[in-house]
Amino acid sequence: MNDVTGMPQTVVVLGGGSDLSRAILRVLAGRRLTSVLLTGRTGSSLEAAAEELRGLSVPKVETEQLDVTEIGALESFADAAVQRLGDIDLVLIAAGELDMADLTTLDARRVASLTTTNFTGPAAAMTAFARVLRAQGHGQIVVLSSVAGYRVRAANFVYGAAKAGLDGFGTGLGDALGGSGVSVMVVRPGFVRTKMTVGRKTAPPAIEASEVADAVVRGLEKGAQVVWVPSVLQYVLAIFRLLPRSLWRRMPG
Amino acid sequence: MTARSSGELLAGWGRACPSAARVVSPQTAEDVTAFLSEPGPHLPRGLGRSYGDAAQCAGGTVIDCTALDSIVELDHIESRVKVDAGCSLDSLLRVIVPQGFFVPVTPGTRYVTVGGAIASDVHGKNHHRDGTISAHVERLELATPTARLECGPEEEAELFWATAGGMGLTGVITDATLRLVPIETSRMLVDTERTADLDACMARMAETDAQHRYSVAWVDSLARGRQLGRSVITVGDHAGITDLPDNLRDDPLEFSPRQLLNVPVTPPISLLNPMTVAAFNEAWYRRAPRQRTGELQRISTFFHPLDGIGNWNVLYGPRGFTQYQFVVPFGSESVVRRVLERLSSARMASFLAVLKRFGAAGKGYLSFPFTGWTFALDLPLGTAGLAVVLDELDEIVANAGGRVYLSKDGRVRPEILHAMYPRIGEWDEVRRSVDPQGVLVSDLSRRLRLTGPGSRQGPRVFGGGRP
Repeated sequence: MNDVTGMPQTVVVLGGGSDLSRAILRVLAGRRLTSVLLTGRTGSSLEAAAEELRGLSVPKVETEQLDVTEIGALESFADAAVQRLGDIDLVLIAAGELDMADLTTLDARRVASLTTTNFTGPAAAMTAFARVLRAQGHGQIVVLSSVAGYRVRAANFVYGAAKAGLDGFGTGLGDALGGSGVSVMVVRPGFVRTKMTVGRKTAPPAIEASEVADAVVRGLEKGAQVVWVPSVLQYVLAIFRLLPRSLWRRMPG
Repeated sequence: MTARSSGELLAGWGRACPSAARVVSPQTAEDVTAFLSEPGPHLPRGLGRSYGDAAQCAGGTVIDCTALDSIVELDHIESRVKVDAGCSLDSLLRVIVPQGFFVPVTPGTRYVTVGGAIASDVHGKNHHRDGTISAHVERLELATPTARLECGPEEEAELFWATAGGMGLTGVITDATLRLVPIETSRMLVDTERTADLDACMARMAETDAQHRYSVAWVDSLARGRQLGRSVITVGDHAGITDLPDNLRDDPLEFSPRQLLNVPVTPPISLLNPMTVAAFNEAWYRRAPRQRTGELQRISTFFHPLDGIGNWNVLYGPRGFTQYQFVVPFGSESVVRRVLERLSSARMASFLAVLKRFGAAGKGYLSFPFTGWTFALDLPLGTAGLAVVLDELDEIVANAGGRVYLSKDGRVRPEILHAMYPRIGEWDEVRRSVDPQGVLVSDLSRRLRLTGPGSRQGPRVFGGGRP
């Protein structure tokens, strides 16, 4: 069960090998975490994440390969997950793939693949888990959105557009779940230094995964519905949204 | 028998982690049995005054007992009452006070049910003399998932002591017979005294406790430095008819407390923040006389001051609040001081911190009080660092042989809770004898692994192995 400070005991992670989800789980492990089910596309990074959690004395850590783009498997996976954990306090949706759009290589297939990975799959998974959590009568869903989705830039517009969709889906789902005991928290990090962003040019307020993790846990404590990391981005992006297209299009990438 | 809803969001008094459940409202004890025979999980609920998740059963059926509210029989000769478990202390007092009786134990609010009070084994300002409410229960009727049983200290005693303080997890109490306290008037004779710091407060309480039936201290949890723990001690006894002035003697047992106001809406942010609480505490402390004796107060003023404001809990805003209440043995005064220092230096505002000396423990397996100091503080949730600070305080309390109170808790670590309550395993043995399938479940019992295999591992080592 989640406690009154918002801390979960059991967590399912989609995208469990990512640096961000690992950082978040590290903090939760120091609080109330007892059982974790890590899922993701690549077994090796899941195992590394699982080993780390076992080293932090989390009593039960399991892994399973799951690709969120295999939409047909998601409903039965959500049912199986609640059977395995007994109760799911928190579902962390951290699956995704960054891509810097390059019109010379971009084609229809690539756009479909990127939007499935960053929007359709995560949204479908949230829907499946929302059903399970509603039946439980409690639970939290944390979904990693991005400032890239708040105002889409030319430099990563496919990724940004997909995140924009996921962000809207997350806030809308949260509102739709009102009164069910289930809540959704949408996290909007800025540029985070992770293996997903290695080699990218660092944007000025680049942050570490641990900062995102601290902000997420702080958001759970406060019962926040939206979390910006760093928090100042809320105001920066509010201004960015007002910039005319002629200026915005020249934003360095 | 009526099923009220298929999915209703239920929270504790602190409003912090609601969960949804089907709610049913039995009209008779037979209805309770019928509901319990349906597939679980189930949990009884009274007026929802437990602060945390004790009266929630996510995804299950919550049995709302408040329609079982009859006062069955008031025996004037033997000073006892048989009352249905869903009757509130408020309703009960409105009937028995004008007839010259008072409840043996009342918590700080009248808005609890008799069944809920027994399931929490509540204490009041008279604990040092009279113990918890279960010490005054002659018998009760319990609907378990398998049977309807009578139990009390003389019959089915193990089940009785597993039920008193058992958080509703042994069955649904449907009625109870309580021994009452005869009173001549509905007024209290109250002495009030200000003390400058915590040591003075504790010393003074130790001196005066034995001379009064009721005793408690309010502590300014935001005062620091030399003023740390400055307090207002109140002690009291039921006033006799000769203590009343002439104008009150016509109707000495008059009792009709009114709610002065109701908080109409939940404010968007907590109105109880360090600034407002500090101002309130300053005023409260200064308003109290340095020393005053023999003041006449109404029962409601003395015992239930916050009941005058309906829904005061929403003043903490949408995030809600928790109460940290613990007890440590006499000799561990330094623990009370450390808790107070830690919270006051972190400016984790507390409106009303309450200090009291407990008398001897009762026999309830999970009953909270034992001989020592108990201290309770309301804390707004969402404050940065609060969760971690409370974890530290738990360890200090547990290492001193103390414990926290389940009816207030919403966040203690399960392993520490098990160390604080070494009889959980024994309690679970008794519980399983009446609920072998584990049908009775609460969010609290799941969070703290009170029932099932987790409860029988015995206390585990805590304090190490964490980053």
